Amino acid sequence: MSIYFRINKRTSSSWLLSIFLPFISVLLALIGGSIFLSFLKVSPVQAYRGMFQTAFGDWYGISETIVKAIPLILSGIAVTLAFKATVWNIGAAGQIFLGALATTAAVRYFYVDNRGIMLVIMFLFAGIAGGGWAAIAGYLKARWNVNETITTLMLNYIAIHLADYFIYGPWKDPDSLGFPMTAPFPEAARLPQFAGTRIHYGLFIAIIFAILFWFIFRYTRWGYEIRVIGENPKAAQYAGIYYLRYIVLIMFISGAIAGIAGMGEVSGLQGRLQHGFTAEFGFTAIIVAWLARLNPISVMLVSFLIGALQVGGESLQIVMRLPIASTLVLQGLILFFVLGGEFFRNYRIRFIRGDER
Amino acid sequence: MEMVISILAAAVRSGTPILFATLGEIIIEKSGILNLGLEGIMLIGALTGFSVSLASGNPWLGIIAAFILGAFITLIHGFISITLKGNQVVSGLAMTIFGTGVSSLIGKAFIGKTIPGLLKTPFPVLNRIPFIGPVFFNHDLMVYFSFFLVVFLSWFLISTRIGLNLRAVGDSPRAADAMGLNVNRIRYLAVLIGGGIVALGGAYLSVAYNKMWTESMTAGRGWIAVALVIFAIWNPTRAALGAYLFGGVEAFQLRLQATGTSIPTPLLLMLPYLLTVSVLIFISIGKGKGILFGAPASLGQPYFREESD
Amino acid sequence: MNGVEMKGITKTFGSVIANQKINFDLKYGEIHALLGENGAGKSTLMNILYGLYHPDSGNIYINGQKCDFRSPFDAIRAGIGMVHQHFMLIPEQTVWENMILGLNNIPQVLPKSEIKRQILELSGKYCLQIDPMSFVWQLSIGEQQRVAILQMLYRKAKLLILDEPTAVLTPQESQNLFKMLTYMASEGYGIIFISHKLDEVMSLSHRVTILRKGEKVGSVLTGETSKEKLAEMMMGQKFVFSIQKQPKSAGPLVFDVENLRVRGDRGFHVIQDLSLQIHQGEVLGLAGVAGNGQQELCEALSGLRRIESGKIKINQQELTNRPPRHFIKKGLRYIPADRRGVGLIPNMMVDENAILKKYWKNPIAKRSLINWREVARYAHHLIRKYYIAVPHVRYPVKNLSGGNLQKLMLGRELSDSPQVIIAMHPTWGLDVAATKFVREQILKERDRGASVLLISEDIEELIALSDRLAVICKGEIMGVIDKPQEVTPEVLGLMMAGTPLKNIQKVSA
Repeated sequence: MSIYFRINKRTSSSWLLSIFLPFISVLLALIGGSIFLSFLKVSPVQAYRGMFQTAFGDWYGISETIVKAIPLILSGIAVTLAFKATVWNIGAAGQIFLGALATTAAVRYFYVDNRGIMLVIMFLFAGIAGGGWAAIAGYLKARWNVNETITTLMLNYIAIHLADYFIYGPWKDPDSLGFPMTAPFPEAARLPQFAGTRIHYGLFIAIIFAILFWFIFRYTRWGYEIRVIGENPKAAQYAGIYYLRYIVLIMFISGAIAGIAGMGEVSGLQGRLQHGFTAEFGFTAIIVAWLARLNPISVMLVSFLIGALQVGGESLQIVMRLPIASTLVLQGLILFFVLGGEFFRNYRIRFIRGDER
Repeated sequence: MEMVISILAAAVRSGTPILFATLGEIIIEKSGILNLGLEGIMLIGALTGFSVSLASGNPWLGIIAAFILGAFITLIHGFISITLKGNQVVSGLAMTIFGTGVSSLIGKAFIGKTIPGLLKTPFPVLNRIPFIGPVFFNHDLMVYFSFFLVVFLSWFLISTRIGLNLRAVGDSPRAADAMGLNVNRIRYLAVLIGGGIVALGGAYLSVAYNKMWTESMTAGRGWIAVALVIFAIWNPTRAALGAYLFGGVEAFQLRLQATGTSIPTPLLLMLPYLLTVSVLIFISIGKGKGILFGAPASLGQPYFREESD
Repeated sequence: MNGVEMKGITKTFGSVIANQKINFDLKYGEIHALLGENGAGKSTLMNILYGLYHPDSGNIYINGQKCDFRSPFDAIRAGIGMVHQHFMLIPEQTVWENMILGLNNIPQVLPKSEIKRQILELSGKYCLQIDPMSFVWQLSIGEQQRVAILQMLYRKAKLLILDEPTAVLTPQESQNLFKMLTYMASEGYGIIFISHKLDEVMSLSHRVTILRKGEKVGSVLTGETSKEKLAEMMMGQKFVFSIQKQPKSAGPLVFDVENLRVRGDRGFHVIQDLSLQIHQGEVLGLAGVAGNGQQELCEALSGLRRIESGKIKINQQELTNRPPRHFIKKGLRYIPADRRGVGLIPNMMVDENAILKKYWKNPIAKRSLINWREVARYAHHLIRKYYIAVPHVRYPVKNLSGGNLQKLMLGRELSDSPQVIIAMHPTWGLDVAATKFVREQILKERDRGASVLLISEDIEELIALSDRLAVICKGEIMGVIDKPQEVTPEVLGLMMAGTPLKNIQKVSA
C-alpha cells in the first residue's frame, strides 16, 4: 500500500486563504530568520525587538520609515501598472536612475531660480526620461515580442553605467574629495522637506499616485483594458484594443513613475546624484508590487512595512554589528514563503491511498 | 604583442567566473526554468568556497563544497518553480536577495582574511604553442576545467540521450511527458547541476581570482551571465566567447586605468548588455518568420499535466 | 484474453464528470471506434489508457493482467501508443530526435546514423515516407501525423490509439490512412480511433463503442448497425434536423472581399487569391478541411491579421487593414472558434466578458468611467435573452460549460444587430439543445438582414444553414455552390481536395 498525492487546480479561490497566507508567510520567515541569527550567536528576540523599536519606537524611526517608503511606493506603483498588463517590467531600477539623471541634467543645464518652475521642469524631465527608457522595452515587446524581462533587465544595467559615466566624469563634484557624486543641488531644485525630518514632498506625489491608480484600475475603462491585456493579449486585440500603442504607453507611464521616484530621491532626499544611490531599489519595488498583489493601496502598506524592515535593519547594523545586507535575508525568506503560499492558493492537494482505486 | 597576450590571458581568467555561471544557467534554462538568482547563488558559492578553503587549508575542498551548497540552494528556486509552480521571475529575484543577504550575514567573519588559493598550473606541451599557449594554457586548473565543461556541454546537449531529453523538456514539456519522460525529475536534475556550476563561478572568484572574501564581490557578474546566456543563444561555445569578451573588457579597463588614459569605462561596461539586447531583438524578429533560434520554447512557464480540457 | 480491457473507469475534473464507470475492451487485430460528440469523454478515456491521466476509480487489464499506469512511460512499455489530435511532437527538434524521445534502450551516445536507418526502414514498410533529418516545424500537418504514428510503431506499440486523426487530413490522405490502418489490423495490431464522424466509423471499424456525456451508451459490431442507429445512440434522441429555414432572396451586396492575399505565422501565404461576396440577409457557408486558411481568413476579415494585397469592403466602404476597433464600429462581429483563448477571458467575470465589445460606449462608460451597475444590467439582459446558466453576473467565466460559453459569446456579439457576422465552428462541442439554439440564432440574424459567413467542419450544418456554399482549399475558393441542398458528397469532396468547381462542371457537362 502506498500513499501518493495528486495535485489539482483550484476552481474557486478561498477567501480565508487570502487573508491567512500572508500572515503565515511572514511568521515562517521570521522563524527562518531567527535560525540564521542564532547560528551567529545573536538572539533573534533581541534582534527583532531592536528592529521594531528602531522602526516604530519613536517619531524619528517612523519618519525614517516613511522616507524609505516613498520611493518604494512610487516604484511599486510603476511596477504594479506594468504587471497588471502582464508586462514584466524588471527594469524599475534603471528607470529610477534615468529619472535621477534627467533631474540632475535639468538642474545643471536648465536651472531656473524659481522653486515652483524648477520642480515642474525636473518632474517632466524625470518622467519623460524614465518613461522613454521603459518604452523602448515596451515597443520591442509589442512589435517583435522581444522578452521584456530580459530587455528591461539589460536596460537596467545600461542605465546604471550611464549614470556612472556622468557621476565619475563630467558631473563629478570637484569638492567632493573624489567621492563619486555630483555637486549638491541649489535650494530651488530641492523638493521641500517637512521640518525636522527627512520626509520630502515626494510623499504627496506618492500618495496621490497610489490613490489615483487605485481609482483608475477599479472604475475606468483604462483599468478594464489593462486587465484585459494582462489576461490575454489575443483577446485584447480581438476586443479592438490597440495593443501596440497600449503596451508602449503602459511601459512609458510605468517608467515615468519610476523616474519620478528617482527624482524624489535625488531632489528631495539626497540633494545630489551619487553612485549607487538606489541600492536594491528596483528589485524591492517588484517585491512590493507582488506582495501587494498589484493593489495600489496595499502597495502603500507594504512599502511602509518594507521600509520599516530596512530601517530596523540599520539598528541591526549599529547595535548588533551585523551587515546591513542582513535584512535581505528576511526579505528573501518572506518572498520564498509567500511564493510557497501562492501554491496553496492556486492548487489543491489530495492524498490517495495506493489501493483505493 | 606582449601586452596583447597579457590582456587576452587576463581576459580568460576574468571571464572564467562568468563562464561558469553562464554554463550553469544554460543547463537550467535548457530545461525550461528561468533562474534570475545567479548573483545570490554565486555569492553563496563564493563564501562557501572561501570559508571551507580557509578552514580546511585545501582550496579544492572549498570548491567542491561550493558546488554542493550551490546546488542545494538553487534547489529552493527549483522547488518553487517546478513543484509549487510559482512565479519564476519573483522566485529568482528572491534568490538573489536572499543569497546576497545570507552571504553578507555569514561572511562578516571572513572579511579581511586571505588564502593562498589556487596556484597557476601551466598546461604541459600546450602552453608552448605560440600565442594560444600563454593565453589559454597558463592558468589554474579551474580554468582548464571550464574549457572542458564548454566542450563537454556542447557535445552533451546534442549527442547524448540525456542531453536530448533535457532539450525536449525545455522545448515542449507536454510532448516530453507524453513520450514518457519525467519532466519534473529532469528539471530538478538540471537545476541541481546547473546551480552547482553557477556556484563554482562564485567560488572561483573567492578562491582563485581574488583569494579573499568581500561583500557583494560578484559585482553584477550574475546579471551579466543572465545576459550572456541569451547572447550565446544557449550555446556553450558562444557562451565562452561572450564570457571572454566581457572578461576582456574588464582586463582592458584595468590596464587602461593603470596607464592613466581615460576612455570612460562605464561606457565599455555597458557593452555586454547592449550586445545582448541586440541579439535578443535579432532572434525575436527571426522567430516571427518561423525560424526558431535555440531558445527553449517553454522557458519560464510552469508545467502542469492535468490542465482542464 | 488477448487484448486490453478497461473496467469501471471514472474520472472527474473539478465538478465535471468526464468518465462515469465506463467499461471498454479491445482485441488485438480489430479496429475499434470510439464514437461520441465533442465533450463526451472519449479523449479523456484514452488519455487514461495511455497513462496521461489517472482515473479516480476503475482498472485497466492487458491480456488479463492488471496494470497501473503512472505515466505514458508505463503505457508505452505495455505496448500502448497514442497519437493525439495535437501531436506530441517537438517542433524545434528533428524527426529522428522526436522518434527516440523517451526510449531507454538506446545508448547514451546517440547512434544517429543507425537511428536514421531504422526510421527509413520502418517508414518504408508502412508507406509513411518521411525525412528523418528534417525539423518537425518544417513538415506539413499530414507529414507530422505520419511522424507521430511512426513514433508509436518505433516503440513497438501493439495497440495504437488515434484521436480524431482525419481532422487535419484531406479526403485523399484520410483514405490512405485507412488503408494503412486496415493493413496493420490484419498484421495483428489493435487500433482504437476516436471520432465523431459517422461515415468514417462505418467504413473503417469492426466495432463501435458510443459515449455520451461521460457515460457508455453501448458497443455494437459495425456490421450490425447503421449510421442512423449510431447517430441516435450518440445524440440520445432521434436525430431530427428540425431547423426551418425560410426561403429568402438575398438583398444587395454588403460584404465584398476581393483578391485577398494573407501571410500566415510562418511567413508563407496561407490565403492566395481569395474573393467572396455576401449579400444582405444571406448565409454564406465555407467548407474545407481544417488548416486550409480558414483561421487566417477570419482574422484577416476582422482586422486581426494584416492583408498583403486585396480589398475588404462593407457597404462600399473600404476596410482593408484598418485596426480591429474600426471593424467593430462598422458593424462586423467575429465569433471565434477559440472560446477560451480569444473570444472570452476565462479568469474574468461574466459581466466583464459581456462588455468586451462595448465597454467604451454609452451607457456602459461615460467619459471613460465605467458604470458597473449598467454593466450588470446589460449582463443580466444577455443572460435572460440567451438562457445562459449562471448563478449571478460576477461568476468566473472559466467555470462555465461549453454551451454556456458559446451562448455568452453569441449573445455579446449579436446583441448590437451587427451587419456582418463571421462565425467559426459555432456549434463545436455543444450538446444538442445548445447546438439547435445557436443555429436558430444564426438564422434569426440572417432573417433580420445580416450577412453571415459560416465556417464549419459539419457538412450537414453547412448544407442546412447556408444559402450558398463556398469551399476553401489551400487558401483559395474552389467555387461557390448556389444550391447547397443539391450538392453531392463527391463534388464537395473533390472541391475540398483542391479541384475547382468549374473543372468538375466541365467534366460533367
